[in-house]
Amino acid sequence: MIKFDNVSKRYPGGHQALSQVNFELADGEMAFLTGRSGAGKSTLLKLIMLMETSDQGQIFVNNKNLGRMASNRIPFYRRRIGVVFQDHQLLFDRNVYENVALPLQIEGYPKHEADRRVRAALDKVGLLKKEKMMPITLSGGEQQRIGIARAVVNRPQILLADEPTGNLDPELAAEIMKLFEQFNQVGVSMLIASHDLSLITRLKHRILTLDNGRLILDAYHTANASQLRGPRP
Amino acid sequence: MSARKRESGANTRKRTARGTLQSHWQQHLQTAKDSLARLRRQPTASLMTIAVIGIALLLPSALFVTMNNLNALSSGVTSASKITLYLQSDSSDEEAIRVSEQILSREDVLQTLYISPSQAALEFSAYSGLGDVIDALDESPLPGAIVVTPATLDAEAAALLTDELGAISIVSSTQIDLQWVERLQRFLQLAQRASTGLMVILALAVLFIVGNTIRLAIEGRRAEIVVVKLVGGTNRYVARPFLYAGAYYGFAGSLLACLLLNLIMWAIRGPAMALLALYDSDFQLQVLGIGSTLLLLALGTALGWLGALISVRQHLSAIEPK
Repeated sequence: MIKFDNVSKRYPGGHQALSQVNFELADGEMAFLTGRSGAGKSTLLKLIMLMETSDQGQIFVNNKNLGRMASNRIPFYRRRIGVVFQDHQLLFDRNVYENVALPLQIEGYPKHEADRRVRAALDKVGLLKKEKMMPITLSGGEQQRIGIARAVVNRPQILLADEPTGNLDPELAAEIMKLFEQFNQVGVSMLIASHDLSLITRLKHRILTLDNGRLILDAYHTANASQLRGPRP
Repeated sequence: MSARKRESGANTRKRTARGTLQSHWQQHLQTAKDSLARLRRQPTASLMTIAVIGIALLLPSALFVTMNNLNALSSGVTSASKITLYLQSDSSDEEAIRVSEQILSREDVLQTLYISPSQAALEFSAYSGLGDVIDALDESPLPGAIVVTPATLDAEAAALLTDELGAISIVSSTQIDLQWVERLQRFLQLAQRASTGLMVILALAVLFIVGNTIRLAIEGRRAEIVVVKLVGGTNRYVARPFLYAGAYYGFAGSLLACLLLNLIMWAIRGPAMALLALYDSDFQLQVLGIGSTLLLLALGTALGWLGALISVRQHLSAIEPK
């Protein structure tokens, strides 16, 4: 579903954000991306979203080479990927419903179809009763769930999340992760950047560890032991 | 389970392709409504922009109406222009009348009027106040004259006619009182050219006003634009509300210009008609007709849209999610 082939990214000014990163995320797989802040987690996600372009190497998403994508195709490509941001990126002059409906509005869904999907997404994140409220009146955890509902409302094949639990207390964070696991169970491929190691090691999924732009560990939980296994041969 | 889900998603997409097409217009309508609501949410700022556009459009439209009136007025004058043929002093009344009838038979002549030397003397003494001097003379010192009204309004044709009439044996000299009409028309041409230039400049001003307003609006909605682009909004989609806003500004500005112009016309109608009455003119003051009003509204809307488009082209593509 996502394949990084020897990808490097250097920002103007010389900061080497990623160096020769190789990994592949299978269809329907769920993986965490971890590492200290500045290790390159956000850059990696931005490359997938085509918010940045790589200097070296190739990235394939759904067997499409991102480096060869025409810029006028980028919006349509982004519609197939859901993204959850640490700072939610909500529109504060619109209510919960309108925020979640935004991707459908952009795609031009008919109103009844959009209604159905928005309600389904809000129901999934437990905000159905708050659809008329303004995001600013809701808590951080609820705002994050609006962001998640918006990310899944047009049923993307891939869901990316950049520190989705960064501002939440442990209990809420665990709830959000549970939500992500539910999406994964219905077939959505997921890549979640998080530095909350204690949380993600409990969840028994693949963990990619970045350090100074290098992928230093690609570890899987075994079915019966919750210890980390080293890089695949 | 997962495969089934994915499949149903794909089906839904295909199934709604027609629905999506239909809702393209719904989408436009929604954007149009949203843009209007946004302008109404900041009434002071919107009204100030509209007022500036209105004034910028009022000047050329007022010029347009003024030129229309002057043109109509001057064409009335041209048709009344006359050629005076002064006759040799030894020509007799009979001869003069015969020539006058000959001239009248020409196709390019509308009317002739013979003024005999004695009539001329009478008129002269009445208008000049030198009646006593004239009376003291035995014979009228003034020549007879034939006043010819040409059928043509064209200055060149009238000049040609004058030359031909001047060749008649008993005509000693000719005078065409077209000269000041010609001067007026040359002046009008100059004014028309100048006002066209002014219209172009003021149209550019409208472009800049709308462009700058839209640039500020884009800056104010930068965060929103980033989010929309992140969830797959195309440049076209992001630009749409701004283009609508530009068109609204242009339309409201031109509407204001129309209202102001009509107000001004209404205010000057009384004095203008009184002035024209002094000249015995039955001239009707020309107002901005329905056609011209619609044209002004269309032009204003188009200018607003174009100004927004220029601004959007320049500033929108620079805003990309980082």
